[in-house]
Amino acid sequence: MMAGLWRARWSAIASIAPPYVWLVLFLLLPFFLVLKISLADLKFGIPPYTSLVSFKDEVLDLTIHLRGYILLFSDSLYIDTYLNSLKIAAITTLCCAVIGYPMAYYIVRSRPSVRHLLLLAVILPFWTSLLLRVYAWVGILRNDGVLNNMLMYIGVISAPLEIYRTDIAVYIGLVYAYLPFFILPLYANLVKMDLRLLDAAYDLGAKPWRAFLAITLPLSMPGVVAGSLLVFIPAVGEYVIPEMLGGANTLMMGRVMWNEFFTNADWPMASAVTVVMVLLLLVPLIVFQLNQQQRFEREAYR
Amino acid sequence: MAKASMSTTHQPSALGRWLALGLGFAFLYLPILTLIVFSFNDSAMMTSWAGFSFRWYEALINDQALLRAAGLSFKVALMTATAAAALGTWAGYILARKGRFKGFALYVGLVSAPLVIPEVVLGLSLLLLFVEMDALFGWPGERGLFTIWVGHTTLCMAFVAVIVQSRVRDLDRSLEEAALDLGASPLKVFFVITLPLIMPAVVSGWLLAFTLSLDDVVIASFLSGPGATLLSPEIFSRVRLGVKPEVNALATVFVLGVALFVLIVNALQRRQEAN
Repeated sequence: MMAGLWRARWSAIASIAPPYVWLVLFLLLPFFLVLKISLADLKFGIPPYTSLVSFKDEVLDLTIHLRGYILLFSDSLYIDTYLNSLKIAAITTLCCAVIGYPMAYYIVRSRPSVRHLLLLAVILPFWTSLLLRVYAWVGILRNDGVLNNMLMYIGVISAPLEIYRTDIAVYIGLVYAYLPFFILPLYANLVKMDLRLLDAAYDLGAKPWRAFLAITLPLSMPGVVAGSLLVFIPAVGEYVIPEMLGGANTLMMGRVMWNEFFTNADWPMASAVTVVMVLLLLVPLIVFQLNQQQRFEREAYR
Repeated sequence: MAKASMSTTHQPSALGRWLALGLGFAFLYLPILTLIVFSFNDSAMMTSWAGFSFRWYEALINDQALLRAAGLSFKVALMTATAAAALGTWAGYILARKGRFKGFALYVGLVSAPLVIPEVVLGLSLLLLFVEMDALFGWPGERGLFTIWVGHTTLCMAFVAVIVQSRVRDLDRSLEEAALDLGASPLKVFFVITLPLIMPAVVSGWLLAFTLSLDDVVIASFLSGPGATLLSPEIFSRVRLGVKPEVNALATVFVLGVALFVLIVNALQRRQEAN
């Protein structure tokens, strides 16, 4: 009897353990290491940082270096970088919403056969290289690029617009890269909406706009929130897009962290930047997790 | 009934529809189109059209460094996709079916975190793990394909899990329950009944993992060692300073290949579902 129970218990544990163990080992544990090394100091050698705990002559030494954090909170360059990253990610999210909401809405309201094709057209960019698609914008936005040539040819402008290597180019690249991430969860939400609610509103004499504002928009908010988080959180730490399209003064945390690590070989500093990045993202991350958890738990017991 | 009402009363304005979808899809697809067009341009600049030419495709097939990187990348992507499909399917199945164990909240967090966490965070944290492990146990030694594979698998299994879990949820459970009632072991039910039914999602997940792995610059840069230069970091280091026409040619090959492949897989899946 007991043996049977134990066996059932063990097989239940074994049935969930492998992916769980993988994630704890390669996702959770590494993050605590970042936290630890952000409190170490730079050292020559391998690994290039001091250890926090040492034991010598019966003395257990715990040394915590706050150099990275003090620098991060006193140097205005770092503070500007945080604020700028948050600003760029927020504006990107807003642009994705303005472009993506109508797209998701009209895709859902298309005939089913067309709808399937349009949805595929939103998903298709996921399957092609993001790096190469962002690179395409370099050739378009440069001063002697496709866009400027075209605008000058048709006579809209007389001198090339300076877009490449500015913040505007970064916005274009980010919105372009993350737009499908906004559309897909919103689509999944809108497609499930009960259209009889709209019928009721129309029967009661509501104009389409009013029905949209009173019914469709509020009901689609979970989709909007999910899409916004999928855009905002990764955009804050984005490295490739600002590096390829942005100017030297486009300050973003992903870039600063990359430079600390690869250019300055300052691992504790790169770790401290990462810890602060995750802390800044803590609230949106928790909202995202609760959103996911609710979804999984609600749907699990339908 | 629902369909009829949708096509009449809920059909929004045609102008708005054309504007939103036309501009939106133009924004998504025109950049790729310009790359394809200029990959056949006889000039090294993307400024003007200098005539049709295959010279960048010739440059591409003679580019040993790029081809070697592409070979390594394919290897890593194949291994990643396979591992991520296995682990991600398992993880997605747990998400959909086993939501009642202690630590489920943490589990949901861990599975879905890689969907949003900036890649620089994943890259640095895994690098530190490998460095510390090496200092403690003398393993895994030098960083290279293996460490990149671990990083990519961790990232990609999240995407597979999300795709698979929604498919598992949509399953009709009566087949599985019937098999269990007839005395089949849960393991057997999973492999004989559940897995074939969710196979389309597993295949989609495998393909997505493959492209994500091929595409990644950041994680590969943190976790690669000497002699393990992958395709995307190589492309990135070339194009961060401007336009490289042989990359246009590579992009064209890549985009057309992937598009064709996805369309074929999609058509096959739809035919299968229709049957």
